Amino acid sequence: MSLDKATVRKIGFLARLEIPEEDLEGLAHELNGILGWVEQLQQVNTEGVAPLASVSETRLYWRDDVVTDGAMPEKVLANAPDGLDGYFLVPKVVE
Amino acid sequence: MSSYIIEGETGPWEVVIGLEVHAQVISAAKLFSGASATFGGDPNTHVAFLDCGMPGMLPVINAECVRQAVKTGLGLNAQINRRSVFDRKNYFYADLPLGYQISQFAHPIVGEGTVILDMKDGTSREVGIERLHLEIDAGKSLHDQHPSKSFIDLNRAGVALMEIVSKPDMRSPEEAGAYLKKLRAILRYLETCDGNMEEGSMRADVNVSVRHPGEPLRTRCEIKNVNSVRFVMQAIEYEAARHVEVYEQGGIIEQETRLFDSAKGTTRPMRSKEFAHDYRYFPDPDLLPLEFTQEFVDEIKAGLPELPDAKKARFIGDYGLTPYDAGVLVAEKETAAYFEAAAEGHDAKAVANWVMGDLFAALNRTGKSIAESPVAPENIGRLVDLIKDGTISGRIAKDVFEIMVETGGEPGRIVEEKGLKQVTDTGAIEKVVDEVIAANPDKAAEVKAGKEKLLGWFVGQAMKASQGKANPGILNEMIRKKLLG
Amino acid sequence: MTDLTSLTLAEARDGLAKGEFTSVELTGACLAAMEARKDLNAFIVTCPEIALDRAEASDARRAKGEALGPMDGAPVAIKDLFCTEGVQTTAASKILQGFKPQYESTVSARLKAGGAVMLGKTNLDEFAMGSANITSAYGNVVSPWQAEDDAAPLVPGGSSGGSAAAVAARMCLAATGTDTGGSIRQPAAFTGIVGLKPTYGRCSRWGIVAFASSLDQAGPMTRSVRDAAIMLGQMAGFDAKDSTSANVALPDFEKALTGDIRGLKVGVPKEYRPIGLATEIAALWDQGITWLKDAGAEVVEISLPHTDKALATYYIIAPAEASSNLARYDGVRYGLRVENGGNLDEMYMKTRAAGFGKEVKRRILIGTYVLSAGYYDAYYLKAQKVRALIANDFREAFKQVDVILTPTAPSDPFPIEGGAKVDPITMYLNDVFTVPASLAGLPALSLPGGLSQRGLPLGLQLIGRPFDEETVLRAAQAMEAAAGFTAVPTLLREGK
Repeated sequence: MSLDKATVRKIGFLARLEIPEEDLEGLAHELNGILGWVEQLQQVNTEGVAPLASVSETRLYWRDDVVTDGAMPEKVLANAPDGLDGYFLVPKVVE
Repeated sequence: MSSYIIEGETGPWEVVIGLEVHAQVISAAKLFSGASATFGGDPNTHVAFLDCGMPGMLPVINAECVRQAVKTGLGLNAQINRRSVFDRKNYFYADLPLGYQISQFAHPIVGEGTVILDMKDGTSREVGIERLHLEIDAGKSLHDQHPSKSFIDLNRAGVALMEIVSKPDMRSPEEAGAYLKKLRAILRYLETCDGNMEEGSMRADVNVSVRHPGEPLRTRCEIKNVNSVRFVMQAIEYEAARHVEVYEQGGIIEQETRLFDSAKGTTRPMRSKEFAHDYRYFPDPDLLPLEFTQEFVDEIKAGLPELPDAKKARFIGDYGLTPYDAGVLVAEKETAAYFEAAAEGHDAKAVANWVMGDLFAALNRTGKSIAESPVAPENIGRLVDLIKDGTISGRIAKDVFEIMVETGGEPGRIVEEKGLKQVTDTGAIEKVVDEVIAANPDKAAEVKAGKEKLLGWFVGQAMKASQGKANPGILNEMIRKKLLG
Repeated sequence: MTDLTSLTLAEARDGLAKGEFTSVELTGACLAAMEARKDLNAFIVTCPEIALDRAEASDARRAKGEALGPMDGAPVAIKDLFCTEGVQTTAASKILQGFKPQYESTVSARLKAGGAVMLGKTNLDEFAMGSANITSAYGNVVSPWQAEDDAAPLVPGGSSGGSAAAVAARMCLAATGTDTGGSIRQPAAFTGIVGLKPTYGRCSRWGIVAFASSLDQAGPMTRSVRDAAIMLGQMAGFDAKDSTSANVALPDFEKALTGDIRGLKVGVPKEYRPIGLATEIAALWDQGITWLKDAGAEVVEISLPHTDKALATYYIIAPAEASSNLARYDGVRYGLRVENGGNLDEMYMKTRAAGFGKEVKRRILIGTYVLSAGYYDAYYLKAQKVRALIANDFREAFKQVDVILTPTAPSDPFPIEGGAKVDPITMYLNDVFTVPASLAGLPALSLPGGLSQRGLPLGLQLIGRPFDEETVLRAAQAMEAAAGFTAVPTLLREGK
């Protein structure tokens, strides 16, 4: 599996990272190096092995249905780069 | 009842419809945060730090939302998965603060089930449920507040949704409408979603494709976020016709997401589709699998209310209602409850007619819901009794009912106070009849000469003269006897 | 009262209790040391006012005779990955420049509630991604150690490099760290201190800027094993706000330090002795085995067959989780925003391109790729399966032994200049001994074992069963006693 420039561009868009055209080649090379290296996992026989998503063996904790949070718009908005009238603002989205 | 066929130049086309309904779970707090799940509020006031995606914030599941999902699954006769997994659905959007939606992809909490549709002609149809999963809602973007900015309110972000996915089992806009209504009824009976489409607590994504009958499925288009039963039906109609037109002109339909324009009744492609989505689902490492015991499920099952289908069967069996009437009465939980309260100890069929006829009309006219009905259910029963025992005629009953709507009064008392009791005293009736005949000698002569049609006119006049109180049976017979011997 | 900053937490606790000095004095001494060692760039933010306020409050509590916890009045540093209310928290990233959380992480809140005094926020690799502390947007951290034959500035290790340097250079008595693949243990080894990564789920992750959620764990970085036990007790415990937090009993870790390890079964995994393991690392490891045997432990060779696949597994799982965890840094609600008239997507792309450094971007891209359609099974799912095998290796091993001994890092500290030049994979190899325990979620501790030929610290790692930090600490203390590691960083020696 080899990454080309177009794939790096596509992955960059999926991750919303602007990548200058001149960096694509180098990045593709670098990422291919890493992907080639992790390729070694294909050697491991994992037939019948269940994937491990978490090492945690506890039961998921369920909380009660009680309102315990919220009602603090000033804190929610305290770090906002752009806001007005209690809203966050972003460049206009056209759907 | 799948006779919705579009006749094209290349032959008949069948429409294939599947619905993904997003139903907001009734709960006090959000699915993974302790902020209020209440609709509305000032912007960003129902927002915990998790809901606005602050660094280091973690989700903790709300037990009630789990119960509600299981309850809904049971109401849909569906398989309950005692182990399910929350995944992250990754994409960027201004009202998606985490950069991903916590949802369930490979292992939903509820599996396959069924919904039975009651069609207008009294027949029923089964629609398969593919799955139901729990997920969080996004925030709200307002695009019309500012020339160059969109406004983001995260009050809704994180509210629990159940996504209920049907199989592509529907074949007409009517069936899709019936499915939505039935699903909403079930959710309302269960009290797991308020079904309020105006406030967005129930929204549908509609998948539409067409095919010649017998063909395999063709490419579908998904119409996003349609928010009323009527719009869903309109959108399907438009979209199906569009597909047929494209195919018949030799074109191809591309799989895409579209938006419904309710003003024009049309659909159009969404703009942001330059890149196909790649959601990169993977198990949310902040959460563990959601697991519960069979006892937990059984306990919920034991507490389930009677659902529309069971209630309908009971109304048919116990009250002798027609399937259609029973279907109408169970469609809303409140209506069914009203009917049962009204019918208790009275002629149920007559009560059903009053509820579906005059009461519905009055509510419609006054813009009130059945819960706000000025007429108490037991008074409908009493009214029916007054007719049945001959105290008032059916005609007078209509007047009494209008007074009940206006004043909320008890029918017996209204009849008493207004002196509306039916006159059955033959002497009194004879007196009125004689007066009417005496006043109209020409017409009486015509009847006697064989123009029997005019009998009805005499009955009407006499009834009017008795202010409607004369017993119609006695009156009829007396006029016939007097004029025809 | 010669040098307050050199006290351990245990010594400070006793000295404060006896009234030999006050928290304000202790805190003042640390603040002065921080000022004097500014050149190490260990802190991104210092908060002397908050520190002195808390120190005064601690002294006042003591004066009133209130019951005080073991860290009341002890000045500590907090890794700048822990959100601290009202105090800038950056994760060493430009994208969080100026971000002031309106909340306090559970771990730092527990320390605060226990009376610990926060001196400031320590530098780290950006978003904790690195093993040398050379990816911070706020500059490299310089180790207080120098090689005997070369004065070139060395890395303190990473990602908790600022915490490690601050503890080693006596700017604080202890510091918090976080460890995803070795970020507490490797810098502890590089700076000659003790670093403990607890069992996954032991410390709450709530309020810690996430790197890889299934691996991240907070832990103490201290100058003694006893201090690690004391501080872990103040940091750990079930937290209902973290669904992966374990609801298990919190033992008195200090009580576990009995000094008696007779009969303890210690495993030595043969796979950790790969061809080409540096001689001095191998020698230190052997030395460690001897210390344990001498103390009465029984040493057994064990096998962890999937060890050599751990690093590749880690470098799929951690970037995958990171790519998703870092999606929230989009310039909408906090942090950096770069906007120049473009649409929303352009704002995202410019903001994230400007806000993230090279290594972070690299990992986001790798993580995005391995999760993307068509590659998920080959990479991510495969890695999760191998992870299961690695965890199982340990489970099997712990049927035989109570604790496992390995080196912490494959080399002694390297120069900053060289570190910046090596390719990513060579850099990733620094974590080769620490990553397996991370993937298995096991408690693991690094303690200083000795000095390399160049006079630089080398660490030994002890790995324990889940939630058995007590055995790890007990074994570590026995080794600490045997090692008698008293070397101080080059910069603290007379004449420096």
